[in-house]
Amino acid sequence: MSGDFVFPGWRRPDGRLGIRNHCLVLATVACAAGVVREVARRLPEVVAVEHAHGCGRGGPDLGLQVKTLAGLVRNPNVGAAVLVGLGCEVVSPTLLKAAASASGKPLETVVIQQAGGSRKAADQAEALARRLLDELDNLPREEGTAADLVVGLKCGGSDTFSGLTANPAVGKAADRLVELGGTAILGETTEMIGALGPLLKLAESELVAARLKAKVERQEALAQEVLGPLASRVIAPGNVEGGLTTIAEKSLGCIAKAGSSPIREVLDYGDRPSRKGLVVMDTPGYDVEAMAGMAAAGAQVILFTTGRGTPVGFPAVPVIKISSNSELFEAMSDDIDLDAGTILAGKSAGQVGEEIMRLLLQVARGEKVRAEVNGQAVFAIAQEGPAF
Amino acid sequence: MKASGSSKDERSVLAIRVHHDDNVAVVAADVQAGGVARLDDGTEVTAVEAIGRGSKIALRPVACGEAVVRYGEEIGKATRDIAAGEHVHTHNLRRGE
Repeated sequence: MSGDFVFPGWRRPDGRLGIRNHCLVLATVACAAGVVREVARRLPEVVAVEHAHGCGRGGPDLGLQVKTLAGLVRNPNVGAAVLVGLGCEVVSPTLLKAAASASGKPLETVVIQQAGGSRKAADQAEALARRLLDELDNLPREEGTAADLVVGLKCGGSDTFSGLTANPAVGKAADRLVELGGTAILGETTEMIGALGPLLKLAESELVAARLKAKVERQEALAQEVLGPLASRVIAPGNVEGGLTTIAEKSLGCIAKAGSSPIREVLDYGDRPSRKGLVVMDTPGYDVEAMAGMAAAGAQVILFTTGRGTPVGFPAVPVIKISSNSELFEAMSDDIDLDAGTILAGKSAGQVGEEIMRLLLQVARGEKVRAEVNGQAVFAIAQEGPAF
Repeated sequence: MKASGSSKDERSVLAIRVHHDDNVAVVAADVQAGGVARLDDGTEVTAVEAIGRGSKIALRPVACGEAVVRYGEEIGKATRDIAAGEHVHTHNLRRGE
């Protein structure tokens, strides 16, 4: 790659660097969604996030919700946040503010029952967000390098070409990112079923290998328990139409995104990497839930390959869409950022990997990806139980 | 890639084998019965039935119960005898337990 991999970012108080400088307006519970939507209507420049979580669940699901929501608030692309709750929910603005306080960034809270209803709560949240947006406008920029980047690797709507074109090209880009000192997160544990052999060869240590094996075997056992004899075909109908037959075939294509660097660490869903380089995170295959885990871990950008075509993005985190075939690139050009189908016409995965790195740099320098232009931000958190 | 995905010969379509051990390849364009799928090393296999773009073609006979190999790894087992040039998908391939 020519030129230095440098870009102007925003250094957050916890030391991480953002490539975006968003003001997040986040519902802490489903009941606050209407207020958040109203703030977004009045102030389109905020990143507004609503969801179906925040109450009514106990145990492990609740823990995942707090960790993931707090992780989104702490994501370095978020400069400040307004947390909007109802007042009687489990995941309250106060609780979430405490969980995200280590970020050191400005966090404000609004409680609908205390504000005197939804309209007054929206007025409060709007005023707070306007002030935070002004503060963010005045933050100085600081030069970042590839070593500041945490990049999620994701595939969704895969076809048989995904494992031949887009995923190996992303693997080459991930190798390059790691060489430059950056971090890449491979997720989608359900799509490692049947592909443990080649993955274990990348494990840096016995400990990493043992953790990886345990995570994948747990997902496989859950799939067996839930799906019984159908467990060997846990792939979406579109995958089968796209020519993929078995989960192992899909998985082997999926893990090509990881490239060939050693796996340094195996993380639980939403946990922040403690090592640089290639790491694995235990996430569902289901696109939005997997991206939420990566964003909560601090990923500032996600490389997302697709063969069938999907428009999904993620709040505050640019999602770069890479098509596995040129027909898709032409058919859904508004949603796809880069075509790896050129590999079928003679380009090498390495060449397309370099194209991906160049695009990654442009995006880090502020260029909007198609999902950002189209406002395709969706948010959902993983639940216990397998999700493919 | 243009719609045909064809290589030198207009009647042959490109088929992609990832690993030398693979006994299936993916056709980059639709191939008709009697059409030829050509690997990048020049190896050719004649399709015995129509195979849609993105689907797998058997590169050699695979016996019932034998491993179907792609990426150099087993992706499942043949559920019946598969002839060279046959379409390989859910009707003749399942993940081995």
